[in-house]
Amino acid sequence: MSVSAISSSAPLLEVDNLKVEFDTRRGLVQGLRGVTLSIGRGETLGVVGESGSGKSVTAQAVMGLIDMPGRIASGDIRWKGRSLFGRDGERYAQDIRGKEVAMVFQDPMTSLNPVLKIGTQIGEVLERHLGMTRAQARNRAEELLAAVGISAPRRRLDQHPHEFSGGMRQRVMIAMAIACEPQLLIADEPTTALDVTIQAQILELLAQLQETLGLSVILITHDLGVVAGLCHRVAVMYAGQIIETGLAEDVFERPAHPYTQGLLRSTPRLDEVSDRLVSIEGTPPNLVVPPEGCSFQQRCPLSGEACRKAPRLEHIRPDAEAACWKPSVPAWATPLMSPSMPS
Amino acid sequence: MAIPMPATRPVVATPKAQRGPAFLSRLDELGRELWQDKLGTLGFAVIVALLLMAIFAPLIAPYDPAAQSVISRLKPPAWLPKGSWEHILGTDHLGRDVLSRVIYGARASLLVGVVVVLAAGTFGVVLGLWAGFKGGRTDSVIMRIVDVQVAFPGLLLILLVISVIGPSMTTMIIVLAITNWMVYARVVRGIVLSVRQMPYVEAAEMIGCRTSRVIFRHILPNLISPLLTLGILEFTNIVLAEAALSFLGLGVQPPATSWGLDVANGRDYIFVAWWLITFPGMSIAITVLAVNLFASWVRVTTDPQEREKRFAYQRAKAAARRGRKAGAGPASQNQGGRS
Amino acid sequence: MGGFLLRRIGQGLLVVIGVTLIVFIATRMVGDPVRVMLPLSATDEQRAAFAQQVGLDRPMGEQFVDFVGDLARLDFGESMWQRRPALDVVLERLPNTLKLIGAGLGLAILLALPLGAIAALRPGGWIDRTTVFVGLFGLSLPQFWFGLILIVFFAVTLRWLPTSGMGGMAYYILPAVTLAMPSLARLVMLVRSSMIDELNQQYVKTARAKGLRFPRVVMVHAMRNTLVPFVTLAGWELISALAGYTVVVETVFAWPGLGLTAMQAIQKSDLFLLQAIVFTVAILIVVINVALDVVYKLIDPRIRLA
Repeated sequence: MSVSAISSSAPLLEVDNLKVEFDTRRGLVQGLRGVTLSIGRGETLGVVGESGSGKSVTAQAVMGLIDMPGRIASGDIRWKGRSLFGRDGERYAQDIRGKEVAMVFQDPMTSLNPVLKIGTQIGEVLERHLGMTRAQARNRAEELLAAVGISAPRRRLDQHPHEFSGGMRQRVMIAMAIACEPQLLIADEPTTALDVTIQAQILELLAQLQETLGLSVILITHDLGVVAGLCHRVAVMYAGQIIETGLAEDVFERPAHPYTQGLLRSTPRLDEVSDRLVSIEGTPPNLVVPPEGCSFQQRCPLSGEACRKAPRLEHIRPDAEAACWKPSVPAWATPLMSPSMPS
Repeated sequence: MAIPMPATRPVVATPKAQRGPAFLSRLDELGRELWQDKLGTLGFAVIVALLLMAIFAPLIAPYDPAAQSVISRLKPPAWLPKGSWEHILGTDHLGRDVLSRVIYGARASLLVGVVVVLAAGTFGVVLGLWAGFKGGRTDSVIMRIVDVQVAFPGLLLILLVISVIGPSMTTMIIVLAITNWMVYARVVRGIVLSVRQMPYVEAAEMIGCRTSRVIFRHILPNLISPLLTLGILEFTNIVLAEAALSFLGLGVQPPATSWGLDVANGRDYIFVAWWLITFPGMSIAITVLAVNLFASWVRVTTDPQEREKRFAYQRAKAAARRGRKAGAGPASQNQGGRS
Repeated sequence: MGGFLLRRIGQGLLVVIGVTLIVFIATRMVGDPVRVMLPLSATDEQRAAFAQQVGLDRPMGEQFVDFVGDLARLDFGESMWQRRPALDVVLERLPNTLKLIGAGLGLAILLALPLGAIAALRPGGWIDRTTVFVGLFGLSLPQFWFGLILIVFFAVTLRWLPTSGMGGMAYYILPAVTLAMPSLARLVMLVRSSMIDELNQQYVKTARAKGLRFPRVVMVHAMRNTLVPFVTLAGWELISALAGYTVVVETVFAWPGLGLTAMQAIQKSDLFLLQAIVFTVAILIVVINVALDVVYKLIDPRIRLA
């Protein structure tokens, strides 16, 4: 299917120049510094970046979960063209959250209420958004548990979260998220807290649900392999900004931004033999006093005079953008894809 | 408790100088933080004043607290009709000066409070450390003792023991210390157990740090904050317990003075001389309240997360005030409320 | 379930043994019951006769065996003051104390949940700060003094309520409020801080992301979790009230319960009655502790009783 055609039609979700700040004792941390992205129907967008780059903050802003000391400083979030901000917007947001757009969190151990039964926790979404009775909700919850691959669902409804393993809890979280058949699912590092074997199962479940339900998915991860396998498009975040976006395979084949190149280069590959892991030198900038100009310049081998001015996201190909003054220039000497040693 | 403060520049961490100045600047920073919490500052000031009052009681008190005077019995406070400035807070049924008794009464409260907290605290902390480090049988025996003693009918047992041995300040201190050590042991053991599992302590043990180094550098710092808060709160409990025991006649014995004892003495005269119970009672309340206010500041300040939250609330409120002043201001959507 | 109960009862047994030892050591070895119980004017012959009558002249070992045997048969001896079995006096006064605790703690529990939860909704807001301050204030008032002040104000000055004693509903108000005050303050502070904590938990974010309405997030999700520490503290309040914290309130209001009786026993040097009170309460506390564990299990599914 043609991804660009879909995404160019009216998008489901638009995030428009979003800025989020955190007021801490160390100073005002600029968590998001003007993030713009959109996602269309049936599309899967991967958002990658280091911790602290603003991936999760973006998701939380969409779900209305930015709390003290954080606040949304400016920008807009629109769902099907309607803003989620302002008085009307917030009322609208409350009705679509959990129904049309749902979220799966990183840590299934803490994301479920420890003292409520699983059946209650799934059922309450159905009662809230679809006006089901308790009995209806219970039957539907049983179906949902079966749909996410939990055996003996009827018995499981009356159990509490501590009786489930981590992977099973994440399945419950997913069942809860898809309960009202949403159009968009935001998965915030859904597999980070799980064992590797379980990770694959959860990702497979997500892929399968996406196909059967026609879901759009925003997959937040720091695992590039996951993005490569699952996503149509990818957005790379660094220091509270999106610095590159494009079709997943393009970004992986021809990364334009030096940071993306470094990220790919530092991903260990199973099909290569390498005697050491490589990393990007340095640390992400302090977001209390963000650097003037390009936020990556301190770590970038290509950094020069031009980088003192902040680059904007600009088209480097019809469906790819990068925020760099020297896009698509190989930043590191080691060739990206070729093995460093014959295997 | 968060008091709005004028918006200050965000403090950007500067590289710390040598140890001495850094320590001073930390003290300075603490002082400034305390100043922003007006109630905490008030509590601290009252505590200092009480300490001074207790220490210098003979210099401050206008009369000997035990001096009786038959001619000036049950005189009301100075500002009431028939009151006189000779006895600012009036006199009791034996003609003793209420103000002087209140000043001297601080001694009993503070002394009992401090001694009991130190004694019970030391004992409890040692047992807690022992249980936490030794583990195994030592741990289960100590904790079983704690469990059992916590389930004793505490105050009734205290009454029984004191009444058999004979009430006195020393008896009271010993009995209170013996019955209040368990909470320290529990807290310390819990922290030791959880801290020992922290990766950084495991790492320190793994790279071969000496046990003493592990204890002093890695584990004790984690104990300071909760123990400080616990000790302060226990102090208030002990002050109240001393007052209650003295009120019941099983604590401080006359001719010594104690606020609780004075309330008990004044009890028979509440219909004619309300000031006899009012001033000593208020003294207890003010003491405990001051310590509580200071304790809640200490608790927040010694907990990095709480400290961060307090800062955020102060900033948010300052921002809100600025926003109100500036009228509608720029449309900054705040989703802070839980929608 | 069985194993758990056994362990709990075993611990209760240890408590009773511990209390027995302490009472025995305090009354027979440290203190001299003959001196305590007889007036100062008693002659040596009278003392010896009394010691022989209650068996205090025999060797410690024998005395201890007797002491334990009497306890096992719930025979606490005769109250010297009331001239009847001490246990009868205790059983007659116990219900009054239980009624007082019921009224006082009931009041504290009913008020604490809504007050604490409302304060927690806006941490740092004016309601929150007022609650914290009033809570700290409540914790700081000495109970006996608070009770006396209430008497002066409502009973003496306004003449709305009786000063002391036990009778109809009106007699309950002041003692119950006095007893409730520190418990209420502690419970409110706990509910407040626990609710603030819970509202910052990840599962609350999940609940909000599900689009649940605010009241449900607070009342069902956060409150259900807050109940876990709340029940623990409420249980502790119940036990410490029984353990003697009603003594002060009963003394101030002349409430004819166990606490007042204990004080009267001390004044009358009635050691046997005091012993009987201590043991009855100890056993009661053991029973309540077991009952509370069952309640914890109902509230927190993570606790296993087995």
